[in-house]
Amino acid sequence: MSIKSYPLISDWLAVRGDRLVVETGKVDIGQRISTALAQIVHEELTVPLSDIDMAPVRTGVSPDEGMTSGSNSVEQSGQAVRKASATLRGLLIDHAVATNGGSPHEWGLSEGRLIRKETNVSLSVAEAIGALDLSAPIDPQAASSPATAKPPKPAMRGLTEMVTGQYVFVHDLEVPGMVHARVVRPPHAMARLEGISEKSVERFADEGLELIRDGSFLAIAGPVEWQVVKAAQSFAAACDWADNGGLPEEDVFAQLKAENAQRLEVVGGVPKRGPVPEPMTGSDFSARYERPYLMHGALAPSAAMAVWSGERLDIQCHSQGIYPLRESIADSLGLALDQVVIAHRPGSGCYGHNGADDAAFEAALIAMALPEIPVLLKWTREEEHRWEPYAPAMAVNLAVTLSDAGKITGFSADAFSDTHRGRPRPGPDRAGPSRLLANRLRAEALPAPVALPNMNKHGGMHRNLDPVYAVGGKRIVKNLVAGLPLRTSALRCLGATTNIFALESLMDELAESRGQDPLAFRRAHLDDPRALAVIDRLEERMAQTPAPSEMSGRGLAYAQYKNAMTRVGVCVDIEVGELGEIVLQHAIIVADAGRVIDQDGLRAQLEGGFLQAASWAIYEEVHWDRDGITSTDWDSYPVIRFDNIPTMDIVVLDVPGVEPVGAGEASPGPAIAAIANALYNATGLRMRRLPFTADAILRHATAL
Amino acid sequence: MTLALKINGRAYEIASEPDTPLLYVLRNELKLKGTKLGCGLEQCGACAVLADGEVKLSCVAAADSFAGQEITTVEGISGTELGAKVQAAFIEASAAQCGYCTAGLVVAVTALLNKEPYPDRNTAKEALTPHLCRCGSHPRILRAVEIAAGRT
Repeated sequence: MSIKSYPLISDWLAVRGDRLVVETGKVDIGQRISTALAQIVHEELTVPLSDIDMAPVRTGVSPDEGMTSGSNSVEQSGQAVRKASATLRGLLIDHAVATNGGSPHEWGLSEGRLIRKETNVSLSVAEAIGALDLSAPIDPQAASSPATAKPPKPAMRGLTEMVTGQYVFVHDLEVPGMVHARVVRPPHAMARLEGISEKSVERFADEGLELIRDGSFLAIAGPVEWQVVKAAQSFAAACDWADNGGLPEEDVFAQLKAENAQRLEVVGGVPKRGPVPEPMTGSDFSARYERPYLMHGALAPSAAMAVWSGERLDIQCHSQGIYPLRESIADSLGLALDQVVIAHRPGSGCYGHNGADDAAFEAALIAMALPEIPVLLKWTREEEHRWEPYAPAMAVNLAVTLSDAGKITGFSADAFSDTHRGRPRPGPDRAGPSRLLANRLRAEALPAPVALPNMNKHGGMHRNLDPVYAVGGKRIVKNLVAGLPLRTSALRCLGATTNIFALESLMDELAESRGQDPLAFRRAHLDDPRALAVIDRLEERMAQTPAPSEMSGRGLAYAQYKNAMTRVGVCVDIEVGELGEIVLQHAIIVADAGRVIDQDGLRAQLEGGFLQAASWAIYEEVHWDRDGITSTDWDSYPVIRFDNIPTMDIVVLDVPGVEPVGAGEASPGPAIAAIANALYNATGLRMRRLPFTADAILRHATAL
Repeated sequence: MTLALKINGRAYEIASEPDTPLLYVLRNELKLKGTKLGCGLEQCGACAVLADGEVKLSCVAAADSFAGQEITTVEGISGTELGAKVQAAFIEASAAQCGYCTAGLVVAVTALLNKEPYPDRNTAKEALTPHLCRCGSHPRILRAVEIAAGRT
C-alpha cells in the first residue's frame, strides 16, 4: 500500500548535506518505529546510523500512510523504506561503475562507502546519492540485504535525550508570544451549557485572560499557565449546565446481545453481508467472556499547539493519523485542505486513539479565535480520564462440539461490542468531524456518528475471533451494538484482547474437560510449524523454570496476532494473596515475528504489551454514574505499578528468511488469557469477566 | 518580595506568584522542561525532583515550600556522579519507550541509590511504586537500578 501510493525513491529517502534523511508517514509513539526504519536503511545502504536522520512527519511533505496503528508500520513503511533503499543500492552500484569503472559485481557497500573490491577505490554513499536522481521508481522486487547472523540491536533513537530531560514533547513547545489554554468541560457528555457567570467573565477580562466560547465548548487562554489552570478550575463550577438526563446507568453487559445488534457473519476473518447462521445446537461446552470499558490512560494528558495566521492553520500534535485528522479539521472549520498543516510532535505513549486528535482540534478552535497567537492547549488528568474515547465493553459467546478423544469438531463464536472505530477519519455523513469531541458541543453541533461495522479482515471486534486452530466447522458472528453509554474507539489490539482471552480460556477449559495437558491440547489443533516451534520453546522454558509453589498457579496461552502476524506463547506464574489480590511472579514470552530488525525494540514491545495487558486483566475498568465518569484519576482508575511487576523471560525466535511482521500488539491477548488460566490453576476459580480485581475474585469465590 | 530558590546548584530569584507549584516555575519561568506534568495530583511521579537528595513531587507543592532546599532536576542530575551513572544505566538497559515517565524515574532511582546503594529487587520495586509507567518499561527500569548499583 505504501509503495503503491508513493512509488519513488525520493518519496522515502533524501540527502541533506552529508546526511541521509528518511521520510515516513508513520509516527513514533514509543514503539521505536523510527529506530527500526533507520536500521532498515542502514542494513541496505550501510550508512552508519549516526548519519541517518528521520524527517519529522508532517502533512504535505511526508507520505500519507493513514494511521500509525494495527502493528502495520514495519510491514507498510518498513517494506517501502527497505525496497526504496535496496533499489537505491542498485543505482549506486551502477553509478560507481559509470564513474569509476569495473563491473557491478566488483562493487560493494560497507560502512557508508561504495568500495571496489581488491582496490583502494571507494566513494561516499551520501555523496554518490547526491549525484543521483532519486525520483526513480522503487523496484518492488529489489533484493533485500541478507539478514546478519545475529539479530541487530540498534540504539534506541531519542533515548539519551529522554534520560537527560532534553527530549521535546508537544507539551514542552515554547514560542514567543504564545498563550496557554485549558478547556472548561461539562460535567458529562450529555450536559450542555445554559449560562455562564458574567462576574467570572468580567474578572477574566480584568486579569488579561481570554474566554473562548462556541456553544457549549468553552476555553480559557492566557500567558501565565498556572493562572489559566486556576481560572479554568473555578470557571467550570461557576457555569450552569443542563443535565439532559445524565449518563445512562444501564448494565452495559446486559445490552451486549443479538437483539440489539447489527449482525454479520465472519468468514476467514472477513465480515460478510447477508443472513447470519443460526446458533449452534447440541454444543458440548459453551461460555461467555466479558471485558468492561477500558481507557488508554496515557501518562501525559493530551496536548496540542496551534496558530492561525488568518490564512493558514498550523497544528502540532501527537495524533496517530495527521492526514485523516487534517481532512476532518479542515471540514469542521470550512477551510481548504491546504490551509491546514499538521506536524506530529511526540506525546506520551497512547496505545490507540486517545485524546490526541480532540486536543488538536480544540487547540485549533482556540487559535482561530485568537489570530496570530500561538496556543498551547493541554488537557488535565481529569479530562483525559473522563473524555478520551474508551475501548468498548465487549462480550464473546463461545460454543464447541468436542469428540471424546478431545478434538474440537465444531466451533461457534459471537462477539458483541460497540465500535472500535472512533478515529476522525473522513467518511459518509461527515463522519470525520462528527468524531471530534468539540464538534458535539459547538453552537452548530454535529450529532454523534452512527457506527458502521468494520468490514476489514480481522478488523474491529472480530480481530482474532476466528481461531487459529483447526476446529472443524466454524460459525462466527460479529454483533455491533451501537448507542451504548460511552464514546468508544481503538485501543491497542481492538477486539483481539477479549477474543484471545475468550479463546485461550476456552482451550484450557476444554483440555481440562478431557484430562489433557493444555499444551498438548493446543498442539493437537495446530499444524503451523512456526506455531509449534513457539509452543515447543515455551514448554522448554517452562521446564527450566521452577514450578510455582502450592499457593501459586501457572497459566499459559498461545495466539498469532490477526492469525497472520507475530506468533506468541505466554506462560505466567501468579500467587493469589489472602485478600484476593493477584501477585505476578514470573512471565515467559516466546515470540516469532519473522526477521528481526530491532531486537531490543521487539522485546520491549512484547514486555510492555504483557504488562499493559496485565494491568487490564487485574485492575482496569471505567466506572460512571448518572453525574458523569467516576474514574477520574489514578486512584479511582488504578493501573499496574512497580509493586506487581514479575520477573520476565523473553525469547525471540529469529527467522531471518521471512519478512518481518509487527509485534506491538502481539502479546496482550495471550497475556490476559494466561493470567486467567493461572488464576484458575491457583484457585480453581474460572473467571470469565475482566478485571480480576481482588474484590472480584473474593466475590466470585464467595458466590460458589 | 521575590522567592529565592536554589536549583541545580544555581541561585534564582523567582518572579512567579508564590502559590505556583514548583513544576510550573521550573518549566515556564526557568525553561527546565525535563520535569513533566502527568497528573497534577501527586499520583504518577512524572514531576519528581530531588530536594536535599530526597524525591519530592513538584506538581502540587507551591514553589515557596522549597525555599532553602537544594533542588535538583533531571537536567541537573547529569552533573552528579550518581545521577550520570543512573542515566547511563537507563541507556544501557534501554529503559524507556515513550519517555514521558523517564525523567521522574531517573530522579527516583538516583534518590534510591543515594539512600541505599545496593537495593534488592523488592526494595527497588517499593521505592518506585509511586511512579507510573504506562508503556511497561518497568523490567528495564529495575534492570537499570541493578546496573547503576553495579549488581550485574
